[in-house]
Amino acid sequence: MQDSVKPNGITPSQTVGPFFKYGLTPNGEYEWNDAFTNSTLTPDVTGERLRIEGKVFDGDGVAIPDCMLEIWQADAQGRFADPQDKRALPNASFRGFARCGTDKDGNYSFDTIKPGVVPDPDGKPQAPHLLVAVFARGMLRHLYTRIYFSDDAGLASDPVLALVPADRRATLIARREAAKPVYRLDLRVQGDEETVFFDV
Amino acid sequence: MTFIYPVDSNKAHPLPLSPDYKSSIKRAPHKPLIPMRHTLSELTGPVYGHETVREGDNDLTLQHKGEPLGERIIVHGHVFDEDGRGVPNSLVEIWQANACGRYVHVRDQHPAPLDPNFTGAGRTQSDAAGYYRFVTIKPGAYPWGNHHNAWRPAHIHLSVFGHSFVTRLVTQMYFPGDPLFAFDPIFNSVPDEKARMRMVSSFDLDNTQPEWALCYRFDIVLRGKNATPMENT
Ligand SMILES: [Fe+2]
Repeated sequence: MQDSVKPNGITPSQTVGPFFKYGLTPNGEYEWNDAFTNSTLTPDVTGERLRIEGKVFDGDGVAIPDCMLEIWQADAQGRFADPQDKRALPNASFRGFARCGTDKDGNYSFDTIKPGVVPDPDGKPQAPHLLVAVFARGMLRHLYTRIYFSDDAGLASDPVLALVPADRRATLIARREAAKPVYRLDLRVQGDEETVFFDV
Repeated sequence: MTFIYPVDSNKAHPLPLSPDYKSSIKRAPHKPLIPMRHTLSELTGPVYGHETVREGDNDLTLQHKGEPLGERIIVHGHVFDEDGRGVPNSLVEIWQANACGRYVHVRDQHPAPLDPNFTGAGRTQSDAAGYYRFVTIKPGAYPWGNHHNAWRPAHIHLSVFGHSFVTRLVTQMYFPGDPLFAFDPIFNSVPDEKARMRMVSSFDLDNTQPEWALCYRFDIVLRGKNATPMENT
């Protein structure tokens, strides 16, 4: 094609709006199939299976029913299903990505596995974490946050959590429920207990 | 192996709080975003193959028994990175209102007719050069409750992946010369005029199909990697 000139900049973001459900997360309610579900699980995936769930709230503490979360994570060995990760295991069917629209009460949930340790740019280990992208009506661009696991021994030495003021770290840490492989974390996009979002 | 995505590119995006867009007031963080270096987690991203996209998913006019009402159009272009390289195999998802400006979404209350032959959702994957193509109908403008007599300019919603989780983009494609641009707080939430105009498609007469469909070109530009490769880990 003729247009191989260098572009002048990126295409700006616009809100996902209130009506994305039938296109992005139809989940049987519309005449369209889902490209993604809220599960990363595949028959051959290894690692500790778990569920992460919670609610998303706005600045008035009102649950957001038209929010979409996406997660991206490493496998149990800390490798990404992306050929750019040269360490990636070529045979696993695990993709590491999932998408969930919140329900009318603002609830989300993901079925996944606990990711392994991923190095930071200096080679230091990061505690197991998921990346999360948050989309909603009213958000002109999605927000990036992370989800860590409350019972992981690596939290204290995680180099990214170390960038976060100590009194805000809890907003990034999903708490394990007793005896069940279920972790809970609510997201608050604004307010006193506002979730930490990253400038990436 | 991996590369650094300059954070400066993000300046083209709207600020989270754009008070003229009322829904942003309670849904924008008040605390500053925390800067961090990209790690492997940020630099990698989901890879989706052809099994995600079915034959015909890029033609929104063929999903029902009959053809939808409205002006049939071709929307095509490239997914590029900021350095002008085509982004291959990128998943592009779209959703839109019908020709009357009505969404099939249950919460759309606009008293305009639904079209039994139009859902308004599609997806495709860019080819090896980054090229993508949809066939659809031109969506109508629609009213919304943001302020008195508020109307959204006609637009198609797009969701694009690219090479990494930080190139993820959700945006809206507009049509050239829309008289509603000046009055739309979502369109105008992008502060820089040049950046704003990058959301407007161009009329593409050369690729119009005579006797069948008009054509609009829309190139999608994702964040690019600069030339400093990270060390292999
Ligand atoms: Fe819309």
